Amino acid sequence: MKDRLAYAKTAVSPRRAAELRAEIDSFHVEYCAALDANDVERWPDFFCKDATYRITSRHNALLNMPVGLVYCEGLDMIIDRAQAVAHSQMFAPRHMLHVLGITRVLQEAGNTVSSQTPFILMQTLVEGPSTVHLAGIYHDRFVREGERLLIASRQVVHDTEILDTALAYPV
Amino acid sequence: MYQSQAVIGITNARKNPPLEQCVWPADALNNIPDWVYTSQAIYDREIERIFRGDTWNFVALEAEIPNPGDYKRGYVGATPVVIARAEDATISVFENRCAHRGAEFCRSSQGNTKEFVCPYHQWSYDLKGNLQGVPFRRGINKVGGMPADFKNADHGTRQLRVTTRNGVVFATYSDKTPPLEEYMTPEIVEEFDVAFSSKKLKILGYCRNELPCNWKMYHENLKDPYHATLLHSFLVVFGLLVPGIKSTVVADKVHGRHGFMASSKPDEIYATVAANDKAEMRSFSDDLRLRDERFLDYVREFKSPWSANMMTLWPNLIVQRQMNTMGVRQIIPNGPNSMVMQWTMFGYEDDTPEMTRHRLRQGNLMGPSGFLGLEDNEALKFVQEGLRNSSTDNNVVKLDAGHEGSARNLISESCIRSLYQYYRDVMDIRVAEKAA
Repeated sequence: MKDRLAYAKTAVSPRRAAELRAEIDSFHVEYCAALDANDVERWPDFFCKDATYRITSRHNALLNMPVGLVYCEGLDMIIDRAQAVAHSQMFAPRHMLHVLGITRVLQEAGNTVSSQTPFILMQTLVEGPSTVHLAGIYHDRFVREGERLLIASRQVVHDTEILDTALAYPV
Repeated sequence: MYQSQAVIGITNARKNPPLEQCVWPADALNNIPDWVYTSQAIYDREIERIFRGDTWNFVALEAEIPNPGDYKRGYVGATPVVIARAEDATISVFENRCAHRGAEFCRSSQGNTKEFVCPYHQWSYDLKGNLQGVPFRRGINKVGGMPADFKNADHGTRQLRVTTRNGVVFATYSDKTPPLEEYMTPEIVEEFDVAFSSKKLKILGYCRNELPCNWKMYHENLKDPYHATLLHSFLVVFGLLVPGIKSTVVADKVHGRHGFMASSKPDEIYATVAANDKAEMRSFSDDLRLRDERFLDYVREFKSPWSANMMTLWPNLIVQRQMNTMGVRQIIPNGPNSMVMQWTMFGYEDDTPEMTRHRLRQGNLMGPSGFLGLEDNEALKFVQEGLRNSSTDNNVVKLDAGHEGSARNLISESCIRSLYQYYRDVMDIRVAEKAA
């Protein structure tokens, strides 16, 4: 099936891609560190004001289904999600660990950069083993604001077809 | 690979008794013994008597297979099936098992095809599950091959009886299952038709998760209004459900097996909770406020007094309508200690793009990451873990004791009692004699 997740060549030269990759790496190091520290209230700091964020399966993406496990339009919804997770939700205590692969820089236009980064999300419950909770790819569009990159759009597309119980924290 | 059983895999033998030891406590209405959730023998009988018994099992929405040749994989109970639309537009449901050597031949989750071919020896089936072709049926040079009396008609897949109502597809193994409307009972049909009128559905997407709990717990959770205002602080804070709100908890009058929990959201976004109720609810917070209040907009699109309705259709369907987020959930039992939940979210074909986005935004309430869905999943896991190896083995369902069937208010377990009264009958489970 030729689809929207099919391989597409990058439009960025290797030298420029290496520069941008270093910047995106710096972004991800902090993004993952905040989430891996269970500091979900810092999660909105990585998004621009009109950012969109969605977690969905590859199955949905292939079928062009719009639904999200988490579906946020705009920073306010992202903050609401972070507040709800931090203050209103009941779930067993857990630690998450994001392990990222090599970022592909796909496009640069003005102050926006598009890229893809594979991830494996490990979960460890109290007295539990560490299990692969999700495996997938971040499909991102970053926007440069001053010195920083911020997420303008993050589509977390996971290969995992069956989720263990629940996904408590953002990815 | 993920395996929820990896750590809690051992169930105390006392919690896994054979059928003859499964005797319900004498005060049957007010107690549920743990073995209902943990016995393999009980589970096996449930598959035979419930999922393959006189029940209509949800298998698909017609909008998933709109055209001839469309098919999808599915389940009846734990049994893999294929749901397909034939050239004559009728829908067939048949077991995903080759009649030859048992291979599960349909491997893609959904698609369009002219026939199904088993990859092992290329036996082929039509869209109704009938055997069409057997390679080398006459052998080579008349040596080998099938016996002369081999008939394709005797070697099709196992085919189930199928019925639909307003775009929802059900299947049954039994010849005795009554017509769907009679099976559902009138007041359930009436509520079912709110979400499923004759309006065409538009599928918005899927998700699937495994819950390390017995499949019946999911039914009970939706017959248990008591948990809703205590576990789900989100519901309470944002006024979606608070004690004293206009609400109803209904069990079908004929069997007590189907039911729904419905409520009517007041127009204010944030609820006013009386001080003495607040004191009973530890999870309540006065400070939580949304920054994006579009999330709680309710577009009154249905002719119904209820802004939310969670319906359970025995044995495997949940119809979810919470404001404008719509979905069906299918329960797939997976042994006594596990179940798989398949979620299908939908809207309607005539939705505007903004209405679709509104449904998607509100979808954050539901699913394995939903503000409500997550908490149910977690709570049910805790229950199964709690009862697998404990020394005690009884669950108490005494709220609003003496009443069965539809509940009088939210602080009641009357619908759970009526479900298990029905269950004991279908499962032929003996109740202990009362001590003299």
